Amino acid sequence: MIEVKDVYFSYPNGVEALKGVSITIRNGDFVAVMGQNGAGKTTLVKHFNGLLKPKKGEVLVDGVSTRDVSVANLARKVGFVFQNPDHQLFCETVEDEVAFALKNFGYARNVISRRVNWALNLLGLTQYRKTSPFMLSGGERKRVALASVLAWNPKIVILDEPTIGQDYQQKEKLRQFITQLRAQKKTVVIVTHDMEFVAECNPRVVLMTEGKIMADGRAEKILTDYELVTKASLVPPQVTQIFMKLSDLGLPSDVIDVHEARKILLDLLVGS
Amino acid sequence: MSVFDGLKFRRVSSPVHDLDPRVKFFFVCVLFVVAVMFMQLLPLILLFFVPIPLVVVAGVKREWIRSLKGASMLAFFIFFFNFIFNYIYNEYPRIPSASLIEYSVAMTLRFVVMVETFSVFFLTTSPDLLGLALEQSRVPYEFCFAFTTAVRFVPVLAEEAQTIMDAQKSRGLELERGNFLKRIRNYIPILIPLIVSAIRRSLELAEAMESRAWGATKKRTNLYVLKLRRTDYALAFISILMLVFAVMVWRFIPIPALNTLLSFS
Amino acid sequence: MALIETKNLTFTYPGGTKPAVEDVTISIEKGDFVVLTGPSGCGKTTLCRCFNGLIPHFYGGKLEGDITVADLCVAKCSIHELASHVGMVFQNPENQLFALSVEKDVAFGLENFGVSREEMRRRVDWALKMTGIEELQERAPHELSGGQQQRVAIACVLAMQPEVMVFDEPTSFLDPLGAQRIFEVIHDLNKKLGLTVILVEHRLDLASRYANHVIVMDEGKIVLDGEPRQVFNSEKARLIGVGIPKATRLCQILGENGVRLSKVPINSEEASQLLREMLTHDRS
Repeated sequence: MIEVKDVYFSYPNGVEALKGVSITIRNGDFVAVMGQNGAGKTTLVKHFNGLLKPKKGEVLVDGVSTRDVSVANLARKVGFVFQNPDHQLFCETVEDEVAFALKNFGYARNVISRRVNWALNLLGLTQYRKTSPFMLSGGERKRVALASVLAWNPKIVILDEPTIGQDYQQKEKLRQFITQLRAQKKTVVIVTHDMEFVAECNPRVVLMTEGKIMADGRAEKILTDYELVTKASLVPPQVTQIFMKLSDLGLPSDVIDVHEARKILLDLLVGS
Repeated sequence: MSVFDGLKFRRVSSPVHDLDPRVKFFFVCVLFVVAVMFMQLLPLILLFFVPIPLVVVAGVKREWIRSLKGASMLAFFIFFFNFIFNYIYNEYPRIPSASLIEYSVAMTLRFVVMVETFSVFFLTTSPDLLGLALEQSRVPYEFCFAFTTAVRFVPVLAEEAQTIMDAQKSRGLELERGNFLKRIRNYIPILIPLIVSAIRRSLELAEAMESRAWGATKKRTNLYVLKLRRTDYALAFISILMLVFAVMVWRFIPIPALNTLLSFS
Repeated sequence: MALIETKNLTFTYPGGTKPAVEDVTISIEKGDFVVLTGPSGCGKTTLCRCFNGLIPHFYGGKLEGDITVADLCVAKCSIHELASHVGMVFQNPENQLFALSVEKDVAFGLENFGVSREEMRRRVDWALKMTGIEELQERAPHELSGGQQQRVAIACVLAMQPEVMVFDEPTSFLDPLGAQRIFEVIHDLNKKLGLTVILVEHRLDLASRYANHVIVMDEGKIVLDGEPRQVFNSEKARLIGVGIPKATRLCQILGENGVRLSKVPINSEEASQLLREMLTHDRS
């Protein structure tokens, strides 16, 4: 469980990135932290694994303050997948890359080997085992980065802007993958500004703007609140936009999913 | 990364900042030459104070003092080695003479004068003006471009290095622990992504450069042009005066040692 | 005469085992707003590089077939010759800005061409105005947001006054509002200046409203080429996994249940209009 208690944070250059943020993320939650660039989303999640320590306030991970533990230690529980996989890759083979964290955490050799096999298999990378990660395509490198984080089976997984530069199919695979992680009872936090992706995942949404949390609730409640979304400099999902324009005809305004939209429209058109 | 802070040039305006870099460079060269001309302490002390008015007018006192602090370690070594070797060679086992001490201080001060002058130059010259000066001084454009582009990317690379450190720390990499050798090894996961990223970035930059007609003509024009103004001519004149004066003194006027003046012996 | 024309264009990167683009035959008219899309690795970036000569001159490799841009044969012209006809804006805004001030960057291409200072000043000011970034004139690139940097990159290319501008996923690193602003700038350039635009994008929900021509690629080949409505509504697009606008998708799945709209919508305004017609007609 992650508890953020009235956290304030400023960067060394003076910019105040978090202005009194409080939030609780329970085990098994699926949260999307949303907002425009500069709202403080990445700053907030970097507090979850101790990369950043609050200036004022506290962050507790399973009851332990992040100020009292090192990042490497917190990392055992909180896996952080960075936006750009090239910021992590440095090994000669994909295998070594996936094993890196496990070695750092001091696992026994046979355990490492087992975990590496599992992670490679999970992300469909077994055939690239002995390949240099630099030889792989962009999408494949992203999977290597993901595998290297999942290898040590952290309870909490944070994905920072996982959909940037991804095509539709890659996003679909990512969505299915997140579902798999949730089936394994992991807590998943994604940082994103991709409305359509969030609309398809339907997580709990935490909307941030200018260092504060503006809203926290179910996706269909928040993404359909036109005022809120506009204040956060985002654009509602296309399906929501369509239904908003037809609200005077009695259509519900909290629709984000295209299949639900179809059901409602069919009911109206055929059912009557 | 505070070491990069010094290179993050802020857009400041002062009479010193607005001076033509070529004239400032000439001034620096003159000071260098004069510093090398004299071995005596007195003229070097005088020389030490020459750039200070420029520092004050430009408002860069704090950074200038910081650069001197940075050079203090090296200055100490210069003093130490000058003193020790001359002592052993010339005066051992007598008590070290005042003139030996004065000589060692003078050599150290010569170094300090060079550092302070160079420091003033870089602290009061924006990289883009410097690049422009290089271009107009007929340095091949490739070098000018490499220089300004490098400076432009310093803050970007610094940020990237920080991100990479964060990413690897999040995978359990401990940068603070371990003996000296282990610590160096722990920086490999930082260096390799940084270098690979720099190479990728260079490729993207090259594509953008080519797409914007890099190398289209040999006769490149420039949006800006450096024009010499009255203050520039004034500084040039002062520099020449200083040089002539120094040569006259060096040639014709014997300079007393400070210790004899203060009758230490 | 089409502004860009390719005939059986095939290109293999040096050391590549199979062609990155294969047998590509397309025609782009002056004033077109083309959206080029397809799954990752389909060859859209490679095709773009052929338009301004980066392929084959910068990348090497084997280029077969014909490609003509503004009556120039790409294989025979140098990159800088083509640069005055084709401008290219890349994905990462940071890696397109080299100078220490915005206006120096915008002037870069003109300086390379040896344009006179007065003319340069005029064109730089004009390009800054067209992209709405005049107040950023003297700022350093590192101080700017991603969206601002990308607008500077557009101004840099615009200053060279090309006939065609190619944008390779220019909004990848931007948030939805930043992306919207970029599309509006591009749309302006197309409408007000008559510039031919080729936009490579995945975010079709945002980009499709401006296009009059959509090309879809898959595995190096052209799979679909035509009017946006036709392309987005086709079965092939869905099979390849192109992220068509949700408005179009909604129309498709309604169609599967026997509800047919009078036209295929490609954005939310059209969809709501058509649904309104259908719903009010139904009630009357």
